[in-house]
Amino acid sequence: MTTTHFTDQFRAFSANGGGEGPVWLPAMRKAAFDRFHAIGFPTTRDEDWHFTSVTPIAERTFKSMKPGATALTLHDIKPQLIDESWHRLVFVNGRFEPGLSNFAGLPAEVHVSTLSEALKAEPEWVKKHLGVLATFDRASFTALNTAFLQDGVVIRVPKGVVVEEPLHILHITDGLAAGTAVHPRLLVVAEALSQLILVESFAGLGTPSYFVNAVAEVTLGSGARVDHYKVQRESPEAFHVGTVQVSQGRDAAYHSFSFAAGAQLSRTNVYTKLLGAGGEARLNGLYILDGTQHADHQTFVEHLAESCASRELYKGILDGASHGVFNGKVYVDPVAQKTDGKQTNKALLLSDKAKVDTKPQLEIFADDVKCTHGATIGKLDDQALFYLKSRGIGADNARSLLTYAFAAEVLETIEVDALRLELERAVFERFTHLRLE
Amino acid sequence: MLKIKDLHASAAGKEILKGITLTVNAGEVHAIMGPNGSGKSTLAQVIAGHPGYEVTSGTIEYDGKDLLDMGAEERAQAGVFLAFQYPVEIPGVTNAYFLRAAYNEIRKSRGEEEVDPIEFLDIMEEKLKLVEMDSSMMQRSVNAGFSGGEKKRNEILQMAVLAPKLAVLDETDSGLDIDALRIVAEGVNKLKRPDSATIVVTHYQRLLNHIIPDQVHVLAGGRIVRSGGKELAHELEAKGYDWLTEPVGA
Repeated sequence: MTTTHFTDQFRAFSANGGGEGPVWLPAMRKAAFDRFHAIGFPTTRDEDWHFTSVTPIAERTFKSMKPGATALTLHDIKPQLIDESWHRLVFVNGRFEPGLSNFAGLPAEVHVSTLSEALKAEPEWVKKHLGVLATFDRASFTALNTAFLQDGVVIRVPKGVVVEEPLHILHITDGLAAGTAVHPRLLVVAEALSQLILVESFAGLGTPSYFVNAVAEVTLGSGARVDHYKVQRESPEAFHVGTVQVSQGRDAAYHSFSFAAGAQLSRTNVYTKLLGAGGEARLNGLYILDGTQHADHQTFVEHLAESCASRELYKGILDGASHGVFNGKVYVDPVAQKTDGKQTNKALLLSDKAKVDTKPQLEIFADDVKCTHGATIGKLDDQALFYLKSRGIGADNARSLLTYAFAAEVLETIEVDALRLELERAVFERFTHLRLE
Repeated sequence: MLKIKDLHASAAGKEILKGITLTVNAGEVHAIMGPNGSGKSTLAQVIAGHPGYEVTSGTIEYDGKDLLDMGAEERAQAGVFLAFQYPVEIPGVTNAYFLRAAYNEIRKSRGEEEVDPIEFLDIMEEKLKLVEMDSSMMQRSVNAGFSGGEKKRNEILQMAVLAPKLAVLDETDSGLDIDALRIVAEGVNKLKRPDSATIVVTHYQRLLNHIIPDQVHVLAGGRIVRSGGKELAHELEAKGYDWLTEPVGA
């Protein structure tokens, strides 16, 4: 597919700001762009993209965002804050907004900064970690993100430090960014025995069409724990591709939750490598689609050490003529004895035109393992509907309540109260048109 | 209150009820007994309006209305209640929300005002005592992870809240230990009113030691093969069902 219009854009970017940073950075961008140009966008002939055509992204010409401050105020973005007491970094149209951000209350030992500041302050440290997990040899969107890499967030939680309050990275896109592409980058290093709760949210204001191509790299040292929540509520006209690459050391726990309700076309990848014994990965998600929305979730858990556990629960609710895809890969290396893996994926179809493709892939090369997967695609349970009706609850309300209940099972796994309540409320109101008290 | 006349019903093309005639008056307790597969539960489900059963002929008149013409929710709003043999689990919806939603829908259908969550808590407090349930049960998801006994008590709790005119208890005694059985039976007895009626569907006589029936009907092969007073239940306990079902088996 065509990648040519990005060539001019990359040339302009390199000449103007994209050439900044430590000397190794422009070279990295260039290598990434060359790779992107060479491999192009994925097609449905690629196994990993079989059910998702990115033609709508590939055929469009996205501009770069012009520099300039946002006019948005705290009041405008309040509904997106989820909890105002959280530490937060706010980006509007891909640009960091210090006036809307507030993370001064973080423990002093924790390093949180924008990528551009980190590149100035600790270029060698950044060089050591950036791009190590998010390799782009075979990943077009990661290559594209790296080519246009400019702004983002760098988080380093030193050994043994526990950050109790969630840290919220909020990406807002509004009408000013219509027709543009932004490539946010996140780099997280949680050193041994440290703990971090991260909420990454992507929100669109209004209905502009734009493209967000996000890449995150998360490294967990021995015994570290990172809870990583992603809330994708882009504009209904937007395109969103997000890739999270994780590596987990010995006894490290990575818990991810991915909520997707926005964008006309979205793809969310969560890939983790369990590199040390005793690690635990929990990947959950919920997507809610309507109209002609298309959402694709791909997970890849690589069990590369013994006695690790992985748990996955993804659920989807599809209405209209929407299309959902879940592709869950689990690889168990020959050395990964005593692996305990479980993957569950369930979809609820509310209309005859909605469609789900689901593809679990288990590759197991160790013999002493416990790995299961299960997928169900269905409609609301008739017996449950009858139960509610037999209590006097009308058919429409009974359906709404059961649809909410389907979602609630996975929302209950969110351990951050404010976020769980926010999503429960949003899902409840969407399906019941009632208030959840 | 309830007049069933020559009721025939089938599921998936197979006839299960083959001509049931039964009249239940206000203030009465009727027991429907019979061996497994006799159609007892089907009768209970047909009265409640389960869409899986097709009524092929016969009538059910309830309070002067054609019950078969009403949807399951309309029947509930008109005062029909079925305590399920297998109550359904609804993860994510709290007992409190579910009960209040049901309570308010029934009030709305009668043109009464809805109650808010605070008022409803007061109503619940008294009902919870009736079935000896802790108020923490109200914050749990409907039947999710409940023990068999808890599920059955939760059915009686719903019955207490919805105050039906016609309560049908479908095998409410199955899976209950002796204490739970006593709690459930006492709950049902306390909820009886002169203007309400109860149909107890059961395989065993033991529940009827606690809930004393006015009439006992034996169902076999989709028909009522014998009706009598409460002593019939004792006779069945002693002799089993075979002596009743064999001559009628065809």
